[in-house]
Amino acid sequence: MSRIEAAFTKANQENRACIIIYYPVGYPDYENSVVALKAIAKVADIVEVGIPFSDPLADGPTIQQASQQALSLGINTQKALEAVKEIRDECKTPLVAMTYYNLFYRYGLEKFVSDANKAGLDGVIIPDLPPEEADSWLNIAKNKLETVFLAAPTSVDNRLKQICRISQGFIYAVSVTGVTGERTNLPANLADFIKKIKSITDKKVAVGFGISTPDQVSELANISHGIIIGSAIIKQMKNAVSFDEGLNNLIKLILRFKKKGSHS
Amino acid sequence: MQSYESLPDNKGHFEEFGGKFVPETLMAALEELEQAYKQSKGDKSFKEELDYLLADFAGRPTPLYFAKRLSDKYGAKIYLKREDLVHTGAHKLNNCLGQALLAKKMKKKRIIAETGAGQHGVATATVAALFGMQCQIYMGEEDIARQQPNVERMKLLGAKVIAVTSGSKTLKDAMNEAIRDWVTNVTTTHYLIGSVAGPHPYPMMVRDFQVVIGLETKQQIVEKENKMPTHIIACVGGGSNAIGIFYPFLNSSTGTARRARTKLFGIEAAGLGLDSGKHGAPLARGNKGILHGSLSYVIEDDFGQITEAHSISAGLDYPGVGPEHSYFKEKGLVTYDSVTDAEALNGFETLSKTEGIIPALESSHAVAYLEKLKMAKDDLVIVNLSGRGDKDLDIVKKAGLK
Repeated sequence: MSRIEAAFTKANQENRACIIIYYPVGYPDYENSVVALKAIAKVADIVEVGIPFSDPLADGPTIQQASQQALSLGINTQKALEAVKEIRDECKTPLVAMTYYNLFYRYGLEKFVSDANKAGLDGVIIPDLPPEEADSWLNIAKNKLETVFLAAPTSVDNRLKQICRISQGFIYAVSVTGVTGERTNLPANLADFIKKIKSITDKKVAVGFGISTPDQVSELANISHGIIIGSAIIKQMKNAVSFDEGLNNLIKLILRFKKKGSHS
Repeated sequence: MQSYESLPDNKGHFEEFGGKFVPETLMAALEELEQAYKQSKGDKSFKEELDYLLADFAGRPTPLYFAKRLSDKYGAKIYLKREDLVHTGAHKLNNCLGQALLAKKMKKKRIIAETGAGQHGVATATVAALFGMQCQIYMGEEDIARQQPNVERMKLLGAKVIAVTSGSKTLKDAMNEAIRDWVTNVTTTHYLIGSVAGPHPYPMMVRDFQVVIGLETKQQIVEKENKMPTHIIACVGGGSNAIGIFYPFLNSSTGTARRARTKLFGIEAAGLGLDSGKHGAPLARGNKGILHGSLSYVIEDDFGQITEAHSISAGLDYPGVGPEHSYFKEKGLVTYDSVTDAEALNGFETLSKTEGIIPALESSHAVAYLEKLKMAKDDLVIVNLSGRGDKDLDIVKKAGLK
């Protein structure tokens, strides 16, 4: 069993949804982001390590701004892998990188897989790499990194089947047609969408995009194996007067998510 | 080697270039668009409606004008393909009419677009008004400041212009925002991409809608000169006017040998100089990479972060290029070269003063290349004058031209 699967199993044994937290390397700066990521890894079930990209097409303003700040301070793929290694040295929490395909392409697919593997990364989420374009990547990444594919509300049935077949670790169910960032209301048909994915595959399903409140987590815990939160976490850091306050607030929020994520 | 004519393949690849590198949410919309496009391609009534609009609304065919004084200056026969005379002032409308008809067919009531110089924004706002569709144009804050007249035109046409303040605040970021809007409103909205860039099927579809430029040119030059041109020059940002005029003149290696080979020149923006790091020339100085949904040449740093382009011309101020141009470069089917801001300004002035035609700064890059091209007396050169320059008067004045 991979570390990612084990995290889902453990959460399930504790009778709650698997809480997956996104946080970008380099925000508010490299050193502090590593401190934050280490702290998040101690409480979250899985950590999505964001590698900032100049043109994050699938991201809303919160992640865009955090990425821009990180990039202006000189964050790059190599630094991100150093951060992964620093976190891995301290914990066994599954670490999944989330970024855009050009960064892997430029780094060299084989070199990235090899370096990421050495650093202790478990998997990747690449929002602009649909199954059609993924062959080269999958051939190189197989047995070394798990590749999580995204399923969207607009995905037609045969695409959903293909995504469920090739996705590793879990299926990333995109809750809304849109970019990342908090929403007050989640779509009414979200439960049906997740049910549909579950009817296709036995793999774990985690829902993400737009989820920000403990109440939303509580509602989703009963329909989804996992819940992914990003922008709402970054907001805690952004709105705080100091790094320590931001970190304190975001850890408290994750703990509330975990508590609210109990199966009812 | 496959012939260029059979590309892209059914996955939208021009060999290694092109493809569909977009969020999953958009995949269904791209599929729908491709199907709609394929159906309409064989549909007689679609073609008739488009031809009618191209003729009576856009004003096609555009003249192929013999530029006598320019010819005297450079010592070869020079013609201008007058896309600046297309309604709204640039070649962009050719593609917008085609895509608006497709949007109507797909029952999309809202159109969005990105724009750099504002020419594509104006053309999109125009077709939205023509078809009674809602229209929202994304434009970088910096471009809004330097292309004010076009912003006013878009507003008059009923479009909402959204200032994009992220990143470099130019065309690249406008395209990011347009894609984000599309991801959010994909079921109601058609994204009218203005160049041969973006994910499949856009590079193929926009090319096909712009090929009218080259087809007319071919017929016109034969009528006027009874032979094929020796050289064709066009500017390349994303590359839609260039591919439009080049395409019917491409010679694959399997082409008949007796056909005289027309040399094709795509001119990128060298900005402040290729070595200055401030340019818009990914084919000259970029790497292979993925931007805005396709694999092509891009300007990026050592880690694949896309870097800011620079050009005096907002339409060429883009760090990427259409994937088929990257393919043409690899295959040697087109020669790509570049022209600096200063050289483009010279081209702008030269054409204005020798022919009484004020070219867009984008097109001025193609005009300026006449200074660099080695021509013989018998050569027959065509410059694609992709747009008119009224929008650029402020920039040109600030740059010191009188």
